Amino acid sequence: MTNAIEMRAVEKSFGNVRIIQDLNLTVAKGERHAIIGPNGAGKSTTFNLISGHITPTSGAINLNGESIGGLRPFEINRRGLSRSFQVTNVFAKMTVWENIRCAVLWATGHRYAFWKNVDNLPEVRRRTAEILEDIHLTHRRDVPAGLLTYAEQRELEIGITIAGGANVIMLDEPTAGMSNTETDRAVALIRRLTEGRTLVIVEHDMSVVFGLADRISVLVYGNIIASGTPEEIRGNPKVKEAYLGEEDH
Amino acid sequence: MLELIVISTLNGVLFGMLLFLLSSGLTVIFSMMGVLNFAHASFYMLGAFFGYQISKWIGFWPALIFAPLLVGALGMAVERYGLRQTHKHGHVAELLLTFGLAFAIEQVVQMIWGKLPMDYRVPALLDFPAFTIFSTNYPAYKMFMLLVSVVIFIALLIVLKRTRVGLIVQAALTHPSMVAHLGHNVGRVFMLVFGVGTALAAVAGVIAGPALVTQSDMAALLGPILFVVIVVGGLGSLPGAFFASLLIGLVQTFAVSMNGSLASLFGPLDPSIGPSLLTDVWNVTIAQIAPILPYVLLVLVLIVRPMGLMGTRET
Amino acid sequence: MTELTSRAPSPTGSAPARNIGFYAAWGLFILAVILLPLIFRSGGSHTTFSLIGIAAIFALSYNILLGQTGLLSFGHAVYYGLGGFLAVHGMNAIAAHGLPVPLPFVPLIGGFAGLVFAVVIGWVSTQRAGTVFAMISLGIGELVASSSLILRSFFGGEAGITTNRTDLPALFGFNFGPQIQVYYLIGFWLVLSAIAMYALTRTPLGRMCNAVRDNPERVQFIGYDPHVIRYLSFCFAGFFAGIAGALAAINFEIANAAYLGAVQSGIVLFATFIGGISYFFGPILGAVVVTMLQLELSDITTVWQLYFGIIFIGIVMFAPGGLASLLMMHRPLVRAGTLPMVLPAYLVAIVPTILFACGVILTIEVLAAYSQGTAASSTIRLFRIPFEAANPMTWLAAAVLTIGGFFVARMTWRGVTAAWDRAMMAARERGYHA
Repeated sequence: MTNAIEMRAVEKSFGNVRIIQDLNLTVAKGERHAIIGPNGAGKSTTFNLISGHITPTSGAINLNGESIGGLRPFEINRRGLSRSFQVTNVFAKMTVWENIRCAVLWATGHRYAFWKNVDNLPEVRRRTAEILEDIHLTHRRDVPAGLLTYAEQRELEIGITIAGGANVIMLDEPTAGMSNTETDRAVALIRRLTEGRTLVIVEHDMSVVFGLADRISVLVYGNIIASGTPEEIRGNPKVKEAYLGEEDH
Repeated sequence: MLELIVISTLNGVLFGMLLFLLSSGLTVIFSMMGVLNFAHASFYMLGAFFGYQISKWIGFWPALIFAPLLVGALGMAVERYGLRQTHKHGHVAELLLTFGLAFAIEQVVQMIWGKLPMDYRVPALLDFPAFTIFSTNYPAYKMFMLLVSVVIFIALLIVLKRTRVGLIVQAALTHPSMVAHLGHNVGRVFMLVFGVGTALAAVAGVIAGPALVTQSDMAALLGPILFVVIVVGGLGSLPGAFFASLLIGLVQTFAVSMNGSLASLFGPLDPSIGPSLLTDVWNVTIAQIAPILPYVLLVLVLIVRPMGLMGTRET
Repeated sequence: MTELTSRAPSPTGSAPARNIGFYAAWGLFILAVILLPLIFRSGGSHTTFSLIGIAAIFALSYNILLGQTGLLSFGHAVYYGLGGFLAVHGMNAIAAHGLPVPLPFVPLIGGFAGLVFAVVIGWVSTQRAGTVFAMISLGIGELVASSSLILRSFFGGEAGITTNRTDLPALFGFNFGPQIQVYYLIGFWLVLSAIAMYALTRTPLGRMCNAVRDNPERVQFIGYDPHVIRYLSFCFAGFFAGIAGALAAINFEIANAAYLGAVQSGIVLFATFIGGISYFFGPILGAVVVTMLQLELSDITTVWQLYFGIIFIGIVMFAPGGLASLLMMHRPLVRAGTLPMVLPAYLVAIVPTILFACGVILTIEVLAAYSQGTAASSTIRLFRIPFEAANPMTWLAAAVLTIGGFFVARMTWRGVTAAWDRAMMAARERGYHA
C-alpha cells in the first residue's frame, strides 16, 4: 500500500547553512502522525518542504506515491494535501462564512468561474454550512474573521484546512497559545474531522501528542532521530536525552 | 567609428554611474524600509534646482555642499512627518504617499522656477576640454562627474563593508525584518537612511544639472528609467543595481548615436506601400527608439528572469 | 503590500444583504444618471456629466485591480488609450465602408481592444504582485506611450487621430451630434458597466480576487493559483477601461497619445483612491470629485494641480480609505443613533480647519503670483475678500492663518477624536458594530 507521505534523504540548505539533513519520514495512509522536536529543529521547514513552500536541495518527497518535490503549493494542494499555519492565516477581512466558502470553491469545481453568482450555488452553501457546523462556528458566521477570539481563529484555520476535502491534512501547532479547555476542544475537533484521513501534526503540547498520535517522529537538528509508536518514543533513550526530559506539559 | 565607440563608452559609463548614484539610494531605502520611494527622482531634481539657485547666488562649489544637505534635511522631514505616519497603513499607502509627493514636488518646482530649462552653467574652473580623442574634445566637467561618482561609489562600498551602520544596512538588504528586532533606534536609523539616500540623489542632481538639462520635467523623464534599473537588477540587490545601471546607461547612450534602421540595412520599402505600421517600424532609427529601450529590456528580463538579474528577495 | 487594501472591509460591507437599502441605492444611482441632465440643463453641465461618466467607468475598472485584487497599477491608461484608438479607427472604418454599426456599439470595440491587450500583456505583468507589479505597470505604460509616438500611422503622432461620431448610421433617429445624446450613451454604458462589474464581485472569481488581495499565501493552500486569479482580474479591468476609452474618443472625437500616458494613469489612480478603494461606489464618488476639481479649480487658480497633489497626500496620510470610507465610517453611529454625539465636535473643528486651509491657499497663491511675475497686479479672491498678492498684510494674514490655524485646528481635532470614541463605544453597546 502506498504511503501517504514519504520523504527520502531530503536535504535543505539555505546558502551554506544546512537546515535539514538526510531526512527520512514515512506516514502511512490514515495514520495520525506527530512530529515533535526542540525549537529550531526544522519542523516548520519540514512542513514547508512537504507543502511546496520551499524546494528541497536534494532528496525525494512523495505524496500518495507521486513525486511532489519542486511542485508549487497550489499544485500540491490539488493533489490532496492541505495544511494550516503556525501563525493564524485566515482572510481577516472576510466573514467566517466567506472564509470557509472560499476554501470550498475549488473542490466543488467552480474554479475561476466569473459567470455564476456565488450566492446561488446550493452545493457550495451546503458544504460551507456543514463545515461551519463541524467547527462550531455557525453562530459566528457573519463576523469578520479578524474579530474572532484567538481560539476561534485557530478553529477557523482548521476548518479552512479541511474544507477542501483533502485526504492528507497537515496542522502546524494547532493548539499553540490555547488554554487547557480550548486545547481539549480543539483536539476533539481534530480527531473528529480527520477521521479516515491522514494527519500530520507538529505540536509542543505532549498531552496532545500522546493522546492523538498513532506514530511519532522526533526531529532534532534537521534529522529524524527516532520514529515509532508513542510507547516506543517514550522509552527511547536518545529521545529522552535530546528532548523529552526537558519538556513539561 | 572607433572614436564613436570610445566616446559613447565614456558617456555610457558616466550615465550609468549617475543612474547608480540614484538607484543605490533607492535600493537601500527600499531594502531597509520596504518602501519604494517614488519621489526619488524628484529629490534628484530638487538637487539640480537647488544647485542651480545656490550657484547663482554663491557659486557652484558651495552648491555642491549645501544643496545635498538641504535636500537630505527635506528627506528626513518627509520620513519623520510623512512616511512614519503612513507606515501603519502598509506599503501601498507609503508608495502612494511618495507618488503624491513626486507629483507635488514637480508642481512646486514648476511654480517657482517655471517650465523652461534653467541656465545652469558648468563652473568656470572645469570649463575646458580634458583631452582630445581623435577629433572630439571631451569636456573636463564630465571627467569631474565621473570622478565624483566613483568617489561616492567607493565611499559607499567602504561604509557598507567596514562600518557598523554598513553592516546593519547589508543585513537589511536581505533580511529587513531582522533589523527591527535588533534593538536599534529604528526610527532614527530610518530617518538617517532616507536622508542619506535623498542626499545622494541630490548630489547626482547638482552635478548632472549643468551637463544634462535642468528642467521641471527631469524627474518625470528619469523616474521610470530608475525603476526599470532596479527591477532589472533585482529589487534589493546593490550589485544588481550597479550592473543594471551600467547596462542601461551604455545601451541608451550607444543607441542614441546609432542611426541604423531596418531601412538602412535592407533598403527602403516599395513606395507604393502607403504609411502604415509596417513603414513606421521599417523606417524608425535606433536613435529614435533609444528612449524606450530600457522598457524593452524590462519586458525581456521579466519574461526570462522575473526576479531580475541578481534578485534575491521576494516582495 | 496588502495591509492598506486588506484592512478595508470587503467592498460589499458585510454579507450581501439584499435589503431595501441595497436596491434603493442602485435605484437612486440609475435615477440620478437619467435625471441629472434634465435638472441641470446647460451645455456645460452636460459636458461635465459626460466627463464624470467616462471617469467613473474608468475608475471602477481600476478598482477591480486595486481595491478588489490588491494590484496597484501605474499604467492602467494603456488599456483606456488603446480602447480609444481602436474605437476611433473603428468609427472611421465604419463611416468609410458604410458598415451598419450604429454608435452605441462602438464602446464594445474599445472594450475588446482593452481585453485583447490585457490578455497579451497581462500574463507577464501579473507574475509578481505588490511593488514589482507596480513598477512593471509603470514600465509597460511608458513603453506603450513612447511607442505611440513612433508608430505614427496608427497613433497619429502628437496630433492623434480624429473622427466624426455623426458619420455613423443613426439609431432610432439619434445621430449623437448633440452633447445630451452623447451623455445618455455614456450614462447607458455607465449603468451597464457598473452592474457588470458589481456582478463580477459576486462570482467565485470575484470572491477569490478578494482572497488574493487579503492573503495570497493562503489562497495557494485552498487550491488556487494566485497568478491566474490576478491575470483574469487584469483582463476584466482592461476590458472595462477600453470601454471608457472608447466613450472618451466618442465624446472628444479624437484619440491621442495623452490617453495612454502616465498623466492619465495618475489621474485614474487619484480618482479611485480619493473616492475610496474599499467600497464599490468609492471610485464613482472619486470620479465625481476629481472631475469637478479638474474643471472648476483650473478656472480659479493657475496652480490647481498642486492643490490636487496636496489633497491626495492628505487623503493618503489621514484618510487612506478615501471619501467613501469617511462616509461609511459613520454608518454604525447613524444606525445606533449616536451621531449627534460627534456633530458638535465637528462643528467646532470646521472653523479653524477652514481658516488653516485659507492660510495655506493664500501662501501658495502669493508664491505663485511672485514666481509668475504677476505679483504687482494679482488679486486673490478668497470668499469674495480680495487679497493683494504684493501687500505685506496679505503675507501676514497668510502666516497667521496657516500657523495659528494649524495649532488651533489640531486641538479641535483631538476633541473630534474623543467625541468619536465616545460615540463608537455607545454604538457598540447598543449592538451596532458596522
